[in-house]
Amino acid sequence: MSESPKHGWRPGAAKKERIDALAASGVTVSDAGTVDEKPGVSLIASAWKRLRRDRIFLLGLAITIIFVLVAIFAPLIAPHDPTKPIPELIAKVRRQTNPIPGPEPGFPLGADDRGRDLLSRLIVGSRQTLIVCVFATIFSLLGGLILGTLAGAVGGWVDSLVMRVVDILLSIPSLLLAFSVAAMAARPSQWTVIIAISIAYLPVFARLLRGSMLAQRHSDHVLAARALGVKRGAIVFRHMLPNSVGPVIVQATLVLATAVIDAAALSFLGLGNPDDRQPEWGQMLGKAQEYLADYPHMAFYPAACIIVVAFGFTLMGESLREALDPKSRR
Amino acid sequence: MLRFIVRRLVQMVGVVFVLSLLLFLWLRMLPGGTVSAILGDRATPESRAKLEKALGLDQPIWVQYWAYLKRALTGNFGASTGVLPGRDAFDIFLARFPATIELSFFAILIAVILGIPMGYLAARRRASFFDNASVVVSLIGVAVPVFFLAFLLKYIFAVRLGWLPVSGRQSNIDATRVTGFFVLDGILTREWDAAWDAFKHLILPAFTLATIPFAVIFRITRASVLEVLDEDFVRTAESKGLTNRIIRGRHVLRNALLPVVTTIGLQVGGLLAGAILTESVFSFGGIGEALALAFEHRDYSVLQVLIMASAATFVIVNLLVDITYAVIDPRVRTR
Repeated sequence: MSESPKHGWRPGAAKKERIDALAASGVTVSDAGTVDEKPGVSLIASAWKRLRRDRIFLLGLAITIIFVLVAIFAPLIAPHDPTKPIPELIAKVRRQTNPIPGPEPGFPLGADDRGRDLLSRLIVGSRQTLIVCVFATIFSLLGGLILGTLAGAVGGWVDSLVMRVVDILLSIPSLLLAFSVAAMAARPSQWTVIIAISIAYLPVFARLLRGSMLAQRHSDHVLAARALGVKRGAIVFRHMLPNSVGPVIVQATLVLATAVIDAAALSFLGLGNPDDRQPEWGQMLGKAQEYLADYPHMAFYPAACIIVVAFGFTLMGESLREALDPKSRR
Repeated sequence: MLRFIVRRLVQMVGVVFVLSLLLFLWLRMLPGGTVSAILGDRATPESRAKLEKALGLDQPIWVQYWAYLKRALTGNFGASTGVLPGRDAFDIFLARFPATIELSFFAILIAVILGIPMGYLAARRRASFFDNASVVVSLIGVAVPVFFLAFLLKYIFAVRLGWLPVSGRQSNIDATRVTGFFVLDGILTREWDAAWDAFKHLILPAFTLATIPFAVIFRITRASVLEVLDEDFVRTAESKGLTNRIIRGRHVLRNALLPVVTTIGLQVGGLLAGAILTESVFSFGGIGEALALAFEHRDYSVLQVLIMASAATFVIVNLLVDITYAVIDPRVRTR
């Protein structure tokens, strides 16, 4: 339980420790000596060498690549228009006894409650999910980058002020924070979901980057650069930031996974995008709960998609973490 | 030790204070502000002005914050607008809090009882089938949306098989209330059927809520045991010829469980977020369900109380964890 030098008080200690451990793990140059086993091999290169043989990582990578490809080419793959009801399917429905069209030839998964092809909606829904998780991660990363760099590079009262706010935010469970931010939106949309999730994970990135900066501040390469008269900005952006990339990538991958799940949770609570013309997995899953007793498949398919994608991201993140952690390199 | 606790208590007050400020600002940043939140969008200008005056919104902001703080300290957050219209928001919190504590307690119990032994075994048999399988299960556990798992368990065990109740905390039976914890009440009053009934209602939500803490506790235990097994003092103990039982109990487990304790504490706080989803699927009647309803109806007075209470609980639990940690690991105190 090491206390960071600047802060005596630490709400939510363990979450922060995890972040700090991660921040320290990716720093290649330390005063304790070199970490890399061979000279001239960069962190990324040596990590990739290990990852190439890691079956868990490759599985995660494969899932992610397939997901991204499906999302990009969704309109071409989807057999039907996901936004329009299919007349043939609706014709088969008996209004009183069976309101949801089941599987028919050409429609392997049947339709949703409005008679729209479920398979096409799942395929096109991958786009919304990809957009939400990628943008949420990028925004939280950028926000964390600005705050963390500011705190770590400038230090002093800026550091204290920024980190105190960050620590308070860390003391609220991320999902609750995301809910609270989303509840502020007058008109919920895809973008309010993205903003809510990015604010929830912003403090994590901020603390991560600051920790990484602090770890490097007194390291030899920064000292050398300063001795050569390199300007502070250049030291931060050319020497310190590139060395923080490792842990940030790990965290970003894990946030991608939680963003997918959190977006679904927001939709479930009615804080997501209310417009159901554009299909989205979380929203489909939330909608399906109304029909759970009679049509469990409607919940099962979007849930399976969410689980597989989140699982893929998690596998990648966890094996990246292990690959970048000097302790596990044996 | 006392100084350590006092220092932490002072820090805690600071955190709660800043949180109240954040919550105050949050309320002011709401669409349309507090007045719209209470009166709705269709309020007349006169009624708005009246309420603004009544709430002191025409005063300078620091006066408003001071008033807000005073009201918050006495538990006066106003009446609910959406969850239970008209009822005092703080009363709703008080009435529902025991349900969530009961649920969280059982969830953490399940997570600890399963997570620590499994993590220990997985580490002892590293790279075995058991190890790989349980790691994959724990990774899937994190990837499953909590509310979907709730649906799934409810569908299989309550709707299809009919083994367990679908929702609620207790069937409609005549039970005496003592503490608000229904299982404990049944035991205290010797109404065994009531206790058993409440317990059956707890099983599905508790297992749902336990998945994420279980996955986290399992993985931390595993990683921590692996690390300790590799330490020099374990090798020394082995070379001294100590029995496996002593090495495992005194050297490995004791040291390996230190980070696990912190993790458990952190998970307790995180349970509140999971409880929002779990409780609303099972209509459990705790503060999680109330939070979900409050988010849905944009009931800001209830939201304020519950968010404040959740954050305060989180901070208090962390304080308790830090104290426990200092008790079991003397190294922490000296730093």
